[in-house]
Amino acid sequence: MVKVIVILAIVLACVFGIIGFPRSLDQLKANVSHNIRLGLDLKGGSHLVLQVQVQDAARTQADQLIESLREGARVANIIVEGYDRNDPRTLADTNTIQVNVHGVDQAKTQAFRALVADKYPDWLLTPVNAADYRLNMKPSALIELKRNTVTQERETIERRVNALGLTEPTVQDHGAPETQSEILVELPGVDDPARVKDLIGTTAQLKIVEVKNEGPWKSKEEALGAKGGILPIGTEVLNWPASANNGSGGWYLVSRSPVITGQDMRSARAATDSDSPGRWECSFTLSQDGARRFEKFTGANIGNRLGVILDEQIRSVATIQSAISDSGRINGLSTEQEASDLSLVLRTGALPAGIRYLQERTIGPSLGADSIREGLYAGVAGLIAVILAMLVYYKKAGINAVLALLLNTILLIAALSYFGATLTLPGIAGVILTIGMAVDSNVLIFERIREELRAGKSIPAAVDAGFGKAWWTIVDTHVTTIVSCLFLFLFGTGPVRGFAVTLVIGLLANVFTAVFVSKVIFDWELGGRKQITALSI
Amino acid sequence: MELFKQTNFDFLGRKWPFIIASLVLTAVGLVSLAVKGGPRYGIEFKGGMLMTVKFQSAPPVEKVRSVLTAALANAPTVETFESGSNEIQIGTEGADDVTLAKNRQLVLDTLAKSFGQPGNGKLDLNNTSAGQLADRMRDPLQKAGTSLSDPQVNDLAAAIVGWRNQHGGLLSGLGELNAVAGVTPQVQGILAQETYLAPYTAARDIEIVGPKVGAELRSQAINATLLALAGMLVYIWFRFEWIYGVAAVVAVFHDTIITIGLFSLLNKEISLTVIAALLTLVGYSMNDTIVIFDRIRENLHLNRRERLTDVINRSVNQTLSRTVMTSGLTFLTVIALFLFGGPVLHGFSLALVLGILVGTYSSVFVASPIVVFWQNFMDDRRKTAGPAAVAAANAPKAVSAKPMAAKGSVKAAK
Repeated sequence: MVKVIVILAIVLACVFGIIGFPRSLDQLKANVSHNIRLGLDLKGGSHLVLQVQVQDAARTQADQLIESLREGARVANIIVEGYDRNDPRTLADTNTIQVNVHGVDQAKTQAFRALVADKYPDWLLTPVNAADYRLNMKPSALIELKRNTVTQERETIERRVNALGLTEPTVQDHGAPETQSEILVELPGVDDPARVKDLIGTTAQLKIVEVKNEGPWKSKEEALGAKGGILPIGTEVLNWPASANNGSGGWYLVSRSPVITGQDMRSARAATDSDSPGRWECSFTLSQDGARRFEKFTGANIGNRLGVILDEQIRSVATIQSAISDSGRINGLSTEQEASDLSLVLRTGALPAGIRYLQERTIGPSLGADSIREGLYAGVAGLIAVILAMLVYYKKAGINAVLALLLNTILLIAALSYFGATLTLPGIAGVILTIGMAVDSNVLIFERIREELRAGKSIPAAVDAGFGKAWWTIVDTHVTTIVSCLFLFLFGTGPVRGFAVTLVIGLLANVFTAVFVSKVIFDWELGGRKQITALSI
Repeated sequence: MELFKQTNFDFLGRKWPFIIASLVLTAVGLVSLAVKGGPRYGIEFKGGMLMTVKFQSAPPVEKVRSVLTAALANAPTVETFESGSNEIQIGTEGADDVTLAKNRQLVLDTLAKSFGQPGNGKLDLNNTSAGQLADRMRDPLQKAGTSLSDPQVNDLAAAIVGWRNQHGGLLSGLGELNAVAGVTPQVQGILAQETYLAPYTAARDIEIVGPKVGAELRSQAINATLLALAGMLVYIWFRFEWIYGVAAVVAVFHDTIITIGLFSLLNKEISLTVIAALLTLVGYSMNDTIVIFDRIRENLHLNRRERLTDVINRSVNQTLSRTVMTSGLTFLTVIALFLFGGPVLHGFSLALVLGILVGTYSSVFVASPIVVFWQNFMDDRRKTAGPAAVAAANAPKAVSAKPMAAKGSVKAAK
């Protein structure tokens, strides 16, 4: 009796997990589609795997180190001839990041070493000769950098995707944990991912810098030539692409150290361009701290020029007319979409490193609908065939098996719903194997009972022996498969993992239904009669 | 109803034709793999761009191929599905993600140019998103004096596109849209004026995988599967004896190799869903083998004097009814999937159909003979080792069954 209550309670919990408390047919449908989450391959949408170019962040770190060392050496009165760094271009080269220090005053060697050891514990100082040094990032610091970059990248992308207002987007880490540099983005219902891709991929490194009162030049080479081949310390030459605002564009000499960066941004929004009609602009406001610095700088530099730089490209250059405190704008954008996308990425912050798309899949909703329908028809047809065969072959005992089979399916779906797992095509493969093994467990037990009956045992004894002997076979087959799933889960990727998870849940449910539930039904059937003369099996 | 009562087939006596058949199948598969330079991997595993395009009627494959060959740097592959659907798959290769993304745009543009009517300034309703349609209809609807608000126009466009997607993704005439709530004659007029219907839809399935990622995914899937096999071997070793573990894993390996070989022979692609099917088949075949091994272990414990071959034969006979029932029922499900599952599930269900056939017979004719061969080999060695060992050789089963069978029986007795 207790057993029956336990089983009924579990069934009720499962049914609740799938359909909730529906008050109408529509609500029932809504609950079911909410609780059974279909993967993108079944319902349509875009699936993007992108790789974080951590080497970008390593380069930034090296640049910051150089700036900071230069300042530190100046304060400590150590004369240093120059600094440079190498230029790792691929993700695999991230570990090679290196800063070279040339011509350190040999009288101050001790002071220089102390400065590095004190202020830059993440870097390892190695002397190349008496006056030159190289600095490499420590392995622990590299791991940390990698982890922080990927996390920050993921959070930023998440903010951007959420700002688009899509339904249930997914942004999560992807790939093996030790080489973790991939992010998975899933966008249900999006069948044209081009815009989203651009939006995610914009690094959006914004800075406002001083533009030197020289130039512009027609090319980078010309700019270099004008400065005698060597740029003044702390400057770089950047391009302002041709647009309606500046005619043919040009190359400008700008300061490397920004007055304002994206981190000082408080908000940004799209508006119509007040200077050129028919165009759009993105106006932004600064944080308190940023505004204070901006006001100080602009107040001291009236008459000089400022440039807004986005992802290493100049977006606008203007002469400072008066002290500006807390706002600015990027004008001359051609569409409202461009302006609002730019505002969105400025609001959600910059990516610490660039990205590359490794994989992209877009399943049209119509294909998703087709494959669900066809797969469902085929699955139901197969299930009906199995049920009929079981009923014909095992008569009344077949009802046991069918009940156990249905309960198993309900348990599996409910468990997936409770865990918030999604059902994908490989997951359905797991369901099919589960059903196959569920049928097998019942067949094993029934064949065993028949054998025991043939051997002349009484009906209750035969049922007990049948369950008892089949039990170890069922344990062996199930544990073997669960062991293999463990490996598939540990070492496999997305789809293979989905298969493993569904299968393990299904097998655990099956041990419960085929062995426990089925036995309870048999006992109930046998217990109800005083004289047992025949068993329908 | 009972199909088999107390059968007594001499399975192991007739093992040779099956073993030879297995060897031939394996060899044929391996030769096919060798000649074709490995399995034909799907886009996920080799990298590239793949697009599924559905046409209104029989697809003009040759024309698609010629216009795309002219437009792209590398000749694309254009393939049909055999199940008589109007879908084709267009595949291109490229060195990196940027090239592949460009290829996609090129293919879309070329298709529009060759089969659509991009020149007439109308929107292609079969290849548009709800957002584009809403933008297109908003002004004309307003001019026509309808009192639809912005969100209402969006909803109307979403309903039209949703209806299209639910009905195969392709409309053959605007009249079909009368079934959509909100499509009044006035809306129909605007649709006729602003949109047209291309005879194809390209938004079915577009996939881009970088070449390096493909290779990584491939090795990851293979490694995970090999490790899973090793895990099963260890478990069976623990529960039975190591030779049983080896035999079971060899049988499963045999099934996988034959299925992959047949796929190569039939020129079918190994895609990610086929990998899922192969994993299913590994699980299925392993299950089948263990059921028989379990019975062998039990019988060995019951009768220690019997010859191993006889024990195995008896065990296979005893489980025959179960084997036929389970395999038959599973096969029924898989056949249903193969026949009615549609083109998406085609490779998946084909792998299962082949795998279940091979997996069922490998338990009897591959896994069991390996155990017998090993046992005979050990007996021969004992015999040649000296007369003192003969006594032990007379009861080899006792030796083989001693530690594990005893363990099993203790547990089973509870």
